[in-house]
Amino acid sequence: MSQETTEKKPLLDVSNLSITFGGLRAVDGFQLQIQKGELYGLIGPNGAGKTTIFNMLTGVYKPNEGVILLDGQDITGHKTVEINRDGIARTFQNIRLFQDMPVIDNVKVGLQNQYHYSIAASIFHLGSYRKVEKEMDDAAMEFLKIFDLEKFRDYKAANLPYGQQRKLEIARAMATKPKLLLLDEPAAGMNPNETKELMDTIELIREKFGITILLIEHDMKLVSGICEKVTVLNFGRILRQGITKEVLRDPEVVKAYIGE
Amino acid sequence: MKKKTLSKSTWTYIVVILVWAVVMILQQAGALSSHLQGLLVPATYYAIVAVGLNICVGILGELSLGHAGFMCVGAFSSSLFSIAMQNTLPVGIRFPLAMLIGIAVAALFGFLIGIPVLRLNGDYLAIVTLAFGEIIKNILNALYLGVDSKGLHASFTSQMDLGLEADGTMLINGPMGISGTPRDANFTIAIVILLIALFVAQNLVNSRDGRAIMSIRDNRIAAESVGINITHYKMLGFVVSAAIAGAAGVLFSHSISTLQAGSQYFGYNVSILILVYVVLGGIGNISGSVLAAAVLYLLPELLRALSSYRMLIYSIVLIAVMLFNWAPAARNWRTKVAARLTKTFGRKERA
Repeated sequence: MSQETTEKKPLLDVSNLSITFGGLRAVDGFQLQIQKGELYGLIGPNGAGKTTIFNMLTGVYKPNEGVILLDGQDITGHKTVEINRDGIARTFQNIRLFQDMPVIDNVKVGLQNQYHYSIAASIFHLGSYRKVEKEMDDAAMEFLKIFDLEKFRDYKAANLPYGQQRKLEIARAMATKPKLLLLDEPAAGMNPNETKELMDTIELIREKFGITILLIEHDMKLVSGICEKVTVLNFGRILRQGITKEVLRDPEVVKAYIGE
Repeated sequence: MKKKTLSKSTWTYIVVILVWAVVMILQQAGALSSHLQGLLVPATYYAIVAVGLNICVGILGELSLGHAGFMCVGAFSSSLFSIAMQNTLPVGIRFPLAMLIGIAVAALFGFLIGIPVLRLNGDYLAIVTLAFGEIIKNILNALYLGVDSKGLHASFTSQMDLGLEADGTMLINGPMGISGTPRDANFTIAIVILLIALFVAQNLVNSRDGRAIMSIRDNRIAAESVGINITHYKMLGFVVSAAIAGAAGVLFSHSISTLQAGSQYFGYNVSILILVYVVLGGIGNISGSVLAAAVLYLLPELLRALSSYRMLIYSIVLIAVMLFNWAPAARNWRTKVAARLTKTFGRKERA
């Protein structure tokens, strides 16, 4: 934050984002600027529209209004697949792993778009197949090591303990080499120990990859522990936005969460 | 990628080759009845379609009930080629070319049918593939095709409508089908094709493209979120699956004298029969499909002597195999046995 100058462009610049489902304005006039390297929290009561915002950022929903700029590039209305290539990766509120595939293959699917060989090489295992597969194996193992999952490499993803499944999902997302990582309630369903471990993991990948992270979370300990800035959402509108400590003390925010 | 111990796919090849060797020895020794000899090629091509269908059902995760249709187009296209080239090309060139043509045409149909069908999921996809399989069969059943000095003639009503010249020949005679396809296929060739099909299927599973296909099966939304192009990979899986079924069709048409698009060969019952092989062999388990197809095809044929009890025994076997494969108690028992075997032989098996 030391050298934050006015000319520094935010990595993610969202302005006036809105979406309507039928008569319901689920998200209204949402705006957000995240600087490169920041860890940003998105919080709010259930049904506030947090996941809807994630779904718009990742192309699952098309916003009715608004512009999403990633690194200065307009990605509004891009399809999910394109958005991953643009540089946004995500995890899901309810874990979505490739259940029947080995742990290492989950990461290798994430590496898919950085390593190439032809379909003929796939079918006949010719030419570049061996070399590229070896490179993919090595790269995938690197990720598993960072997330401390290497001993599970041949486990079926579905057989991992819950906390490790969360980690694997993050590892898979990181394998796609994103500029921005979206975490949707990463601590949901975790016990305090697992949450602690998760916070360490998040800090670690920030250090290692210098990645920018936007996360949705209900666990206030986690949010106040690692997020520099937060946006509080209520009924699809921004309630408060700013430095975490200040925002969380705001009476309006407390009211939205706990009631009067 | 695999370790020193022989991988499961290598074992499959070895077992298939061993079975071939044993059958060949028995044949030389005259120990096989002509009835049984006649079953060898069909058992093999059903094993091949089962491998193809398993790519669609087990790897891509989409239920297709139209694979007999892909067999059908492979059979007819290759038959036409073989008849046309019967006197120009020696069998050593003609049959491989016929095989390639059958595969290519089946793959093309897989692609064309895939365009509308792969937009659907689950039951809807199954129903539409079922319909496509029937449409292919019924069109070929009603098609009259002849050639004369003026070129090709086609009709959907009768042979007379073609208006062939005196020098013309019938190619497809409606429900009578194609007759006179050279019988180029034999058990050895069928086994070679089976090995190639296995090779292709197992290699695909262990590749970048195979992983992408399986990731769509396991979680479509997650696959999209890591940049997997769903349409592309679904199509790839479907086309490969159709192409392998086409190869089986080529073997079929080159092992019988008259090729007809009848229900008993290409109807939906056949598609479902193949699906039974895939399900009982284990969805996603390529070598299991081969075993299930071979055993379950041969069984009712070998039980013919028992006449009316035949289907009773067959269905009991089906139920037993299904329980063995899928019942939780049986699965636990298998895991236990596998663990014990691993201990005894010290061989590491992948779960």
